[in-house]
Amino acid sequence: MNYDRILIRYGELSTKGKNRKVFIHKLKRNIKRVLRNFEKINIEADRERMFILLNGENGLEIIELLKNVFGIQSFSPAIKTDKELENMKNAALDLFKKIHQAGETFKITTKRSDKTYYLDTNEINQIFGAHLLKNIPELKVDVKKPDINLQIEIREKAVYFSCENIPGAGGLPVGSSGKGMLMLSGGIDSPVAGFLSMKRGVEIEAVHFYSPPFTSERSKQKVIDLTEKLANISGAVKLHIVPFTEIQQLIAKQVPENYSMTTTRRLMLRITDEIRRKNDGLAIITGESLGQVASQTLESMYAINDVTNTPILRPLITMDKSEIIDISRAIDTFEISNRPYEDCCTVFVPASPKTKPKKEKVQYFESYIEFEPLISKAVENTETIAIAPKAAEQDGFGDLF
Amino acid sequence: MIYLDNSATTKPYREVLESFNKVSTEYFGNPSSLHGLGGDAEKLLSQAREQIAKLLKAQAKEILFTSGGTESNNIAIKGTALMYRGRGRHIITTEIEHPSVKESMEQLKALGFRITYIPVDSNGTVSVTDIEKAISQETILVSVMHVNNETGSIQPIKEIGQLIKQYSKIIFHVDYVQGIGKVPLQFHDCQIDLCTFSGHKFHGLKGTGALFVRQGVKISPLFSGGGQEWQQRSGTENVAGIVAMAKALRLTLLNQENSVAEMKKIRDFIRLELEKIDGIKIHTPVLHCAPHIINFSIHGFKAEVFVHALEEKGIYVSTTSACSSKIKKASSTLLAMGVPEEEALSSIRVSLSYENTMEEAIQFIETVNEAINRLRKVMN
Repeated sequence: MNYDRILIRYGELSTKGKNRKVFIHKLKRNIKRVLRNFEKINIEADRERMFILLNGENGLEIIELLKNVFGIQSFSPAIKTDKELENMKNAALDLFKKIHQAGETFKITTKRSDKTYYLDTNEINQIFGAHLLKNIPELKVDVKKPDINLQIEIREKAVYFSCENIPGAGGLPVGSSGKGMLMLSGGIDSPVAGFLSMKRGVEIEAVHFYSPPFTSERSKQKVIDLTEKLANISGAVKLHIVPFTEIQQLIAKQVPENYSMTTTRRLMLRITDEIRRKNDGLAIITGESLGQVASQTLESMYAINDVTNTPILRPLITMDKSEIIDISRAIDTFEISNRPYEDCCTVFVPASPKTKPKKEKVQYFESYIEFEPLISKAVENTETIAIAPKAAEQDGFGDLF
Repeated sequence: MIYLDNSATTKPYREVLESFNKVSTEYFGNPSSLHGLGGDAEKLLSQAREQIAKLLKAQAKEILFTSGGTESNNIAIKGTALMYRGRGRHIITTEIEHPSVKESMEQLKALGFRITYIPVDSNGTVSVTDIEKAISQETILVSVMHVNNETGSIQPIKEIGQLIKQYSKIIFHVDYVQGIGKVPLQFHDCQIDLCTFSGHKFHGLKGTGALFVRQGVKISPLFSGGGQEWQQRSGTENVAGIVAMAKALRLTLLNQENSVAEMKKIRDFIRLELEKIDGIKIHTPVLHCAPHIINFSIHGFKAEVFVHALEEKGIYVSTTSACSSKIKKASSTLLAMGVPEEEALSSIRVSLSYENTMEEAIQFIETVNEAINRLRKVMN
């Protein structure tokens, strides 16, 4: 008898009181999206836990995918039986034999949620312990450091057995904390910032500034590929591509060179904020890390942040570059980010941008220029692409592969 | 025509040729070019890399494209030797390797490396203990083929990998040219560092191939130039050929899943029927052998005569490995297995693809019987 379901334990969301329904709903939706290729599975959710009924689908593949879903504390492949003692014993032994290897020790942990069950916890432990010891030669008990912990859960309607506890990704289900706009340049930092926000339940939509012919089709592809990696986590991510050439050219012409970077960032923020408003977002997420480059000093942030009072989430603000790189490798975006194409942050970089720009000065320079019509135009001409995880995508190369 | 020489090369699938054609016509840009055409070519290249990696359960950056099996073997062996000659100058391989391995070894020998050739038993298999005994402080590389191209015998790659894992200094190279698409091999599970395969052995095109280079393993490049393939193999990428190879691999693995049982049935039928014929001796072992190769000798016949006799009836088989067919030399694998030279000189190899049918096998057996009867009369 093989395990027929996967038991999922909720993470922090168990504590979320009245919002719990929403959390469970979002988690279920995300799991469904991530497992969309497994057509036969059934997902059952209650207040305490969720079950994925495999119905013959490949459990090993599903386990691998579940490891990346936020909002899961841990999960276990499990078997369900009725409350007939003989059936329970057979199921426990079968499951145990599947993973036990010679020389491994075990213990039994019983959770008796059904307080009316005729056997108490100790009796259950003894009955099942004896059954395993009788049937598996040279098996030993070790209650302190067992290799295998057979967990028995007696619930009102059924009994569940599981042997493995697989740690989940933790965090909150994506979407349970509202929506934010991720400013995605194509560098190493912004995808990591997106990933970390998703970890805390933010649903993200990415915003990318595209300046043809100064940046190439490949830099756009790079951003699409990065978004795809993020889409693997939640099942789908929208990408907004903003035409930015005209604005960048105007800035280069009208704003003193050492302030052009500050103005550029201010305009990017204004445009992102406008897109956020149109898409019902509640925050803007950036990959800024304090002091990393000229635009990420506190003075710069103060001067740039001036254009909006929308919350700006900066998950990387206190991280070192090496810590950020470690995460980007772990989420598989590092190699993509490292592709050597110009992006919106690297073209038009002045030789010596101000590291301590003054808010009043940049406001003064900008007061001579009519940016509003250009901002509206950029927002209007923004191209929005819905990015799905890799498997579903075809790339326009038809049947070449 | 009944084509039974699939270990020499395979017929490219029609769909594979279509891809090659379309990429060559519509996406002919150089992947290194900055413009859109170059961008498309680069996208195709990386998609092909990802597909191949996924099919072989490797990572995309572990797949290095080359021109085929010979080149991959040369890069693996000489690249390792160049890179680690400071660590030691001893290399271990077997007596039954493909010439691209053997001759690379001989070249290194001339440069001062010490080469140990491990013998095989009568089934054509090396012993892991023999390899273990050969390992010294100086050993930097062990190169063992997976499926032998002449007899189809399979080497204990996983066990050898387990052994070599204990020696952090040694690189493990496997020539997987004959095995791919026929006998699954998990590169990572088997602790393989470098693994060779070639496109035209699985219905791709000649001039395409790859070397799996496990992440973290460094070898010296043999080609210097524009720095393609992460500086490991310079030269403008054969994008059309590579896309074609990615498709060929996908289709082949699909066929493997659906048809390997049928292939084994055909192979077993041929084996059984050949065994019934007087004077035929089968060299392919019964156990630990690939599903597509049968090697046998017919007593008293020159292999060449027999190949041509079958060809007259539209059936294509091979004397030994195609690469050495033009030189009249007995199969070195058979000699290493202890087969007498006269017998080795009369050996014939039949190698199947998933396209071959039972009807073809039946016709092949009939033709063999006919040819033997006819030729025996002439020769006696």
